[in-house]
Amino acid sequence: MSKRKGPGKNALLVAYLIHHLRVFLASLGYLVRQPLATLMTSAVIAIALALPTGLYVTLQNAGTLSAGWDGSTQISLFLKPDVDEEQAGQLADRLRQHAQIEHVDIISKQQGLEQFQQLSGFGDALRFLDDNPLPVVLVIQPRVDPERPDRVSQLLKELQAEDKVELAQLDMLWVKRLYTLIEVAERGVWIIGSLLGLAVLLVIGNTIRLDIQNRREEIEVSKLIGASNAFIRRPFLYTGLWYGLGGGLLAWLLTAVSLALLDTPLHRLTSLYHSSFRLAGLNEQNILFLIGISCLLGLAGSWLAVGRHLSDIEPS
Amino acid sequence: MIRFDNVSKRYPSGFEALSRISFHLPRGQLCYLTGHSGAGKSTLLKLVALIERPSRGQIILDGVNLSHMRNRRVPSIRRHIGIIFQNHHLLHDRTVFDNVALPLVIQGYRHREISKRVRAALAQVGLLAKEKAQPITLSGGEQQRVGIARAIVHKPALLLADEPTGNLDPELSREVMTLFARFNQVGTTVLIASHDLDLIRETGYPVICLSQGEIVHNDLAAVDDFAASA
Repeated sequence: MSKRKGPGKNALLVAYLIHHLRVFLASLGYLVRQPLATLMTSAVIAIALALPTGLYVTLQNAGTLSAGWDGSTQISLFLKPDVDEEQAGQLADRLRQHAQIEHVDIISKQQGLEQFQQLSGFGDALRFLDDNPLPVVLVIQPRVDPERPDRVSQLLKELQAEDKVELAQLDMLWVKRLYTLIEVAERGVWIIGSLLGLAVLLVIGNTIRLDIQNRREEIEVSKLIGASNAFIRRPFLYTGLWYGLGGGLLAWLLTAVSLALLDTPLHRLTSLYHSSFRLAGLNEQNILFLIGISCLLGLAGSWLAVGRHLSDIEPS
Repeated sequence: MIRFDNVSKRYPSGFEALSRISFHLPRGQLCYLTGHSGAGKSTLLKLVALIERPSRGQIILDGVNLSHMRNRRVPSIRRHIGIIFQNHHLLHDRTVFDNVALPLVIQGYRHREISKRVRAALAQVGLLAKEKAQPITLSGGEQQRVGIARAIVHKPALLLADEPTGNLDPELSREVMTLFARFNQVGTTVLIASHDLDLIRETGYPVICLSQGEIVHNDLAAVDDFAASA
């Protein structure tokens, strides 16, 4: 039978590619012809993916929000009570030359008092004091090298050693705590994301399994007239890919809509804290990652189902 | 073309469907396989099409030993066989054209080539006008002819038919058998399982008769001897 003439080699390759394209589109057509079932499956996938995506975006935003605060890590130098403003000015000038200091602000005794009156609510009580008990304060903005956070504490030690300085105080501990918290939450998002990814895998696997059962006759007939396993597998793999793609796009949509709904009230909230913070959505990289993962899960899910169930169907 | 050598088939249930079958069907020969239902006709065809594997013995198909054939080589063997079923096995979610085109699609033919061959096959069975019809709208005889068109569209060297006239009236049955004779005339080897003895006798082609899994009569043995002595 080897003598029989089939299509030539080049023609076979072209036909193979065309066949792939046709199966790719045919499997989409198959899904479009049953829109409700397709939509429901895609929606399940989308919700499962949108949840970790939303959490991830929230964390990203929390990260940027606190990164803004990180820059404002400050060292407050409370000078000794007998240091007057002129001496403080000289010290400030000297410190401005320091390689690790970005910026130095002087809060005079008078300014300190005014701030204290405004913010503490003890304004009236302070009026009964004869003279201003507050020291001059230098507010120092260190140059923060994100890779060498220990330099800041080194600078702190150095400043503490200055003889005009009563107390050098670094306001960074809470930033550290926030970072740790975000790290924990990030790990949590990965765990939730992995579990939901597994769920997507199973959802697609199960959908494809039902699909295989529904098309049992077609599979049997195809096998009888010489279809290879790869040929039979192909439409199901593409179907899984389409589910993944649809689910991924829908997840993107869900995330975008949810973020848009959150943005306005969140902006109102942050503006109460005098922040012009705006919620950052998904960037191109995130979107590509989301859709890529979704497609991959779709393909893997259908691969599992096909490998498991297709060999069960043999013509008899 | 097909050589059975002491072939037995025992199903897992213990039922021995075929026992010690030996025959040789030469290339280009048309032959009928008869016997009561349960005599083993379908099992024999299934062994040739690799749907079942023999328990013992050897089957040689066109020089290839099917007994130890690996599963992944099965499709390539089946592509050289056309199989016709009693219950048509048509796919009802696509047109007549798409049903007939399936073997060509599987073998990777180009679209233009597929159209040409499908139309030729449909013309041969007299159904060219129905190419866009859904199989469900066709009569039993027409459906069977679509099945035949699908079996011959890729010009197989061997045609197997399992009770192709089982559901047809005598007139249609005769037409279908005439079709097979015509394919045989252009060189296709044909093996038809049928219990329609009157019709078979009418055609005058050689017959292998099975009973309870054994060959009780074999016209081909004479043909073979004749060929050997010639």
